Amino acid sequence: MEKIYMDNNATTAVKPAVLEAMLPYFCEQFGNPSSVHWAGQMVGGAIDTAREQVAKLLNCSAAEVIFLSCGSEGDNHAIKGTAEALKEKGNHIITTTVEHPAVLETCEALEKDGFEVTYLKVDQDGMLDLAELEAAITDKTILISVMWANNETGNIYPIDEIGQIAKKHKVRFHTDAVQAVGKVPVDVRKANVDMAVISGHKIGAPKGIGAMYLRRGTRISRFMHGGHQERFRRAGTHNVPGIVGLGLACELALENMDKDYTYVRNLRDKLEQGILSNIPDVKLNGHPNADLRLPNTLNVSFDFIEGESLLLFFDMKGIAASSGSACSSGSLEPSHVMGAMGVDVVLAHSSTRFSLSAENTESEVDFVLEELPKIVQRLRDMSPLYQRADPTPLSCDECRMVQKACV
Amino acid sequence: MYTEKVMDHFSNPRNVGEVENANGVGEVGNASCGDIMRISLQVEDNVIKDVKFKTFGCGAAIATSSMVTELAIGKTIDEALVLTNQAVAEALDGLPAAKMHCSNLAADALHEAIKDYRDQNS
Repeated sequence: MEKIYMDNNATTAVKPAVLEAMLPYFCEQFGNPSSVHWAGQMVGGAIDTAREQVAKLLNCSAAEVIFLSCGSEGDNHAIKGTAEALKEKGNHIITTTVEHPAVLETCEALEKDGFEVTYLKVDQDGMLDLAELEAAITDKTILISVMWANNETGNIYPIDEIGQIAKKHKVRFHTDAVQAVGKVPVDVRKANVDMAVISGHKIGAPKGIGAMYLRRGTRISRFMHGGHQERFRRAGTHNVPGIVGLGLACELALENMDKDYTYVRNLRDKLEQGILSNIPDVKLNGHPNADLRLPNTLNVSFDFIEGESLLLFFDMKGIAASSGSACSSGSLEPSHVMGAMGVDVVLAHSSTRFSLSAENTESEVDFVLEELPKIVQRLRDMSPLYQRADPTPLSCDECRMVQKACV
Repeated sequence: MYTEKVMDHFSNPRNVGEVENANGVGEVGNASCGDIMRISLQVEDNVIKDVKFKTFGCGAAIATSSMVTELAIGKTIDEALVLTNQAVAEALDGLPAAKMHCSNLAADALHEAIKDYRDQNS
């Protein structure tokens, strides 16, 4: 059975060139770059090169790049480090209801410590009202945190405009750029961002490596205490192979950005149009204008059926995608992003994300378009909600077993 | 994550649909939690002659629905009423812990259908 991977927003395969570049840094050039001897000095240059490669992709200076372990660490560092450093100035943070849990849960944790957080709502297309954002700023606001692009819908937020608002009100601006980087231009200077976080494994580098852009002069508390690495901004022995891999992945992303955008977007558009025109009762989740979404992401809901069942049938055909259903998210609630967009609960349970990469082919898209209608129809024929005359039971009072879980 | 038996009942579900001329129908679950199970049955002389299901839900929800129809068919309604959700899960060689709670409602749906039959025929 052919394996078709369309879950690249979850993670990507390491690019062969990236792996090759990393390999010498395990057994041969294994030194600790902090050591003065030959072994340590062998690897220092590799880290400098990688830092330049990351800086070039983000359009910042190399000194503004901090290597860390993952996107979640970067988001935690940026938000908690700002809260701690600026707590004398204020205690108010503005973010959105559709952020990644690395941002949302960090903000919720700060609320318990006395910070106040405004969670901006989104409209049915998943977009923000910038007037509302600006109006939320008070003299106590120390941070605005808005993701560059959403991992579930692919929606791209107007980071340049938010950067202008932040600048005007002299409020620090953090963006989780994990999904955007490598897919669309991420220019931190142009966008007037103070902190931006990226993750290696979303762009063909391995898991366990990420980076944060920290604008020169931005005061932030240490997150990881210990050694002097990263100019005292992040302790811990450098993950040299990971850093080398991230650097090359950034260089390749920059080199191929225009080509990959066009290629991946054509595939995604074909998949999107094929699904929307061939399957009835389907809803697109995210902005209807495809220019305002990442080129690789398609999120659709198939009415009357549940997402995990759909993924299991996909899996039997070798197709890997993901779902916003409660069962797939590991919680009792469907996706918080679908909830924030006001997506009907049945549709939220059936939300399905296809996230492509330049490794996908047109014949893979054709295969999915051939198999998908059959799978959807099969599950609909099994569903008590399909072609139903009575209203859909929504209230938890009707079910004794799950009542407790739903409250 | 799922046992072979669960995957068998999920990918080849038994007794899908609605029993024609059903004399008992039961439905449990709700859309918020992502699981709705509907059982229709035909009872003759206190014996379940035919039973079918329709389910909106995850793999476990569909597999337990399919299994409960297999377990119920041919049983008297008194026998079927002592069938538990736990017994359905065991017949499938178990379910992941997270699913025991939310997606294991098939016996409840069966009991609702029997209750409906009794209400109609009392």
